[in-house]
Amino acid sequence: MSMGCCESKCAGDITSEQWALVDEIIAKYKGQRGILIPCLHEVQEAVGYLPLEVQERVAAGLDVPLADVYSVVTFYALFSTTPIGKHQVGICMGTACYVRGGDKVLEKVEEVLGIKAGETTDDRLFSIQVMRCIGACGLGPVMTVDDDIYARIKPDRVAEVLAKYS
Amino acid sequence: MDLVRAHVLVCGGAACVSSGCAEVREALEAEIAAKGIEREIKVVVTGCMGPCDLGPIIVVYPEGVFYCNCTADDAREIVDEHLVKGRIVDRLLYEEPMTSEKVETQEGMTFFKQQERVALRNTGVIDPLVIDEYIARDGYAALGKALAEMTPEEVVDTIKQSGLRGRGGAGFPTGTKWMLTAKAPGSPKYVVCNADEGDPGAFMDRSVLEGDPHSVLEAMTIAGYAVGANQGYIYVRAEYPLAVEHLQHAIGQAREYGLLGKDILGSGFDFDIDLRVGAGAFVCGEETALLASIESRRGEPRPRPPYPAQSGLWGQPTLINNVETYANIAPIILRGSEWFSSMGTEKSRGTKVFALAGKINNTGLVEVPMGTPLRDIIFDIGGGIPNGKKFKAAQTGGPSGGCIPAEHLDTPIDYESLRALGTMMGSGGLIVMDEDTCMVDLAKFFMRFIQDESCGKCAPCRIGTKRMLEILDRITKGEGKEGDVELLVELGKEIIDTAMCGLGQSAPNPVLSTIRYFRDEYDAHIRDKKCPAGVCVAFKHYSIDPELCKGCGMCRRSCPAGAISGEVKKPHVIDVDKCIKCGACATACPFDAISLQ
Repeated sequence: MSMGCCESKCAGDITSEQWALVDEIIAKYKGQRGILIPCLHEVQEAVGYLPLEVQERVAAGLDVPLADVYSVVTFYALFSTTPIGKHQVGICMGTACYVRGGDKVLEKVEEVLGIKAGETTDDRLFSIQVMRCIGACGLGPVMTVDDDIYARIKPDRVAEVLAKYS
Repeated sequence: MDLVRAHVLVCGGAACVSSGCAEVREALEAEIAAKGIEREIKVVVTGCMGPCDLGPIIVVYPEGVFYCNCTADDAREIVDEHLVKGRIVDRLLYEEPMTSEKVETQEGMTFFKQQERVALRNTGVIDPLVIDEYIARDGYAALGKALAEMTPEEVVDTIKQSGLRGRGGAGFPTGTKWMLTAKAPGSPKYVVCNADEGDPGAFMDRSVLEGDPHSVLEAMTIAGYAVGANQGYIYVRAEYPLAVEHLQHAIGQAREYGLLGKDILGSGFDFDIDLRVGAGAFVCGEETALLASIESRRGEPRPRPPYPAQSGLWGQPTLINNVETYANIAPIILRGSEWFSSMGTEKSRGTKVFALAGKINNTGLVEVPMGTPLRDIIFDIGGGIPNGKKFKAAQTGGPSGGCIPAEHLDTPIDYESLRALGTMMGSGGLIVMDEDTCMVDLAKFFMRFIQDESCGKCAPCRIGTKRMLEILDRITKGEGKEGDVELLVELGKEIIDTAMCGLGQSAPNPVLSTIRYFRDEYDAHIRDKKCPAGVCVAFKHYSIDPELCKGCGMCRRSCPAGAISGEVKKPHVIDVDKCIKCGACATACPFDAISLQ
């Protein structure tokens, strides 16, 4: 495709390699039934998030209305239309973690990073995500950073844990 | 295959992964190799064994010696002492919380003694990534029996006669569901597994998917044969990456062995299964929303009827059961409906898996016959409440359920008795609360959860729960008024009557249930402006301990509200009327003299 879309619209945020990957993913799913969600999962994995121009590309590629893509992206919590930080900090707010002080951990993380849950730091290093039960209820409260899981985390250990990521 | 003299099982459930079991396994294997006994000892990584707070766990067979909270160093010691010298490592044994006695074997632990494992028969015992281990424990024998010796009608009848009821929440008779789907006109038909386990505090489905994925695949294939479907879908939540990985692996192996795909076991029956990964929406656990999500649409529920058995996936007849329900199928086919219905109570047959969490000594998964009293689950199997605190209530059924207070501890747990107590079985999450839990705050927690997760399609759920949350918020902030409780009850009843789907219809339950049993706590918040459990911040005040205060003035300078006064080198004081409870002073104090009380 020689639409020149990247230069004009995407603020240089998405590389041409990423666009190529997106097109590859779309091609893999095109023509099958009920594949919009799996397709968006993969596209988000490739790009990091799902801004409008990416949604437009998916809609055009799969030949579905943009409204359908947008409605799905905005419905599900795991799809994000804003950039996500390099490191995802997740705080479990399942009942078990909550009764063991998960809310205190979240407050501390927000304080240390200076952002609220659902936001990304200006340097795009961290985002905070409030998670529904991740099923590690025996170990609450639980905090995750990317794939690392911190069990029985105390608020006063938060800063020390976050300092390990750069 | 080499004959080995000992099997060493390492729990690889998600909780043990979080506790560092990978390191422990590596240390075990390295030490076994260093001692040159790798041909005599086999290390097996299993799914979840159940007692999650004891991880990482190592069990050595044939003796069945159970070692808990093992580190890599401990693992090396187990190899040197137990496997080489035959001496049990005493200090790593489990200690009963009630009696402080050391227990040697898994079978000897109170946690395991009272359990009856049907759905969890293989989790924690086999390597979930090796299909042969599943087959060695009668895996796929039920499928063979169904295909070779039974008609689809006979399969449906067996499930009906077993008395099995849906383990995902409402307890609908499973056999009836199978019969309705089998009889529904239309083709193709579909078989769906609801693995969108979203109730906070429930993780039995995850453990089955991770620790025994073939049991679900086998049951779905049997279901496909029974109802006349050739395609199955497992809808699993994205929050369970290990479950997704193990399922993918298992599906690949089953296809390779001819247990999925064309002409299964030479019977002429075709069946295949695909995975669909969710995208973070609690409401997708509701069956019609789940089906919409498999079709890649917004996961919004629709009114029933028509039920999925008539019109489900892409408008076709669809059988939908949850993971734990499927995990019961193969044993019922193999051992017969009478064996299954001999366990449990009159209306609730078989066993149920509960996920113990919260303020309890032994957190983790337990499977007990239906009808086991709550007291046995919490105090015998669960080992009681930590730190000598008092049991206050147990929450069952997640955000759709309610709580059971201490006076009902002896109730035998089944679908009917829980409903009579104003709660429900739900998926089996059992969260224990002690005297430090504020029931109003808990009700608020669930209402906020429902607010976040309401899909917004119907007004009672979208707006009604918002109003309820606002009232609860007011009460916990000390701004509650007379009549608030009555208003909550009235609103709650309206929402139950008018919401569209199961999520909305059950959303007020946690509030109504806490009002039913803990009305005095609501009244204390509203009338006396007190939080009896000492949880709600609005009723607390920051104060400075004059003994610890050095009069440095850091707190005074940090206070944005100018609420702190005092002379240098003399104890400072906080004016509670000016204080906005931001906590800046407590953070600033170098002597930890400021606390919330």
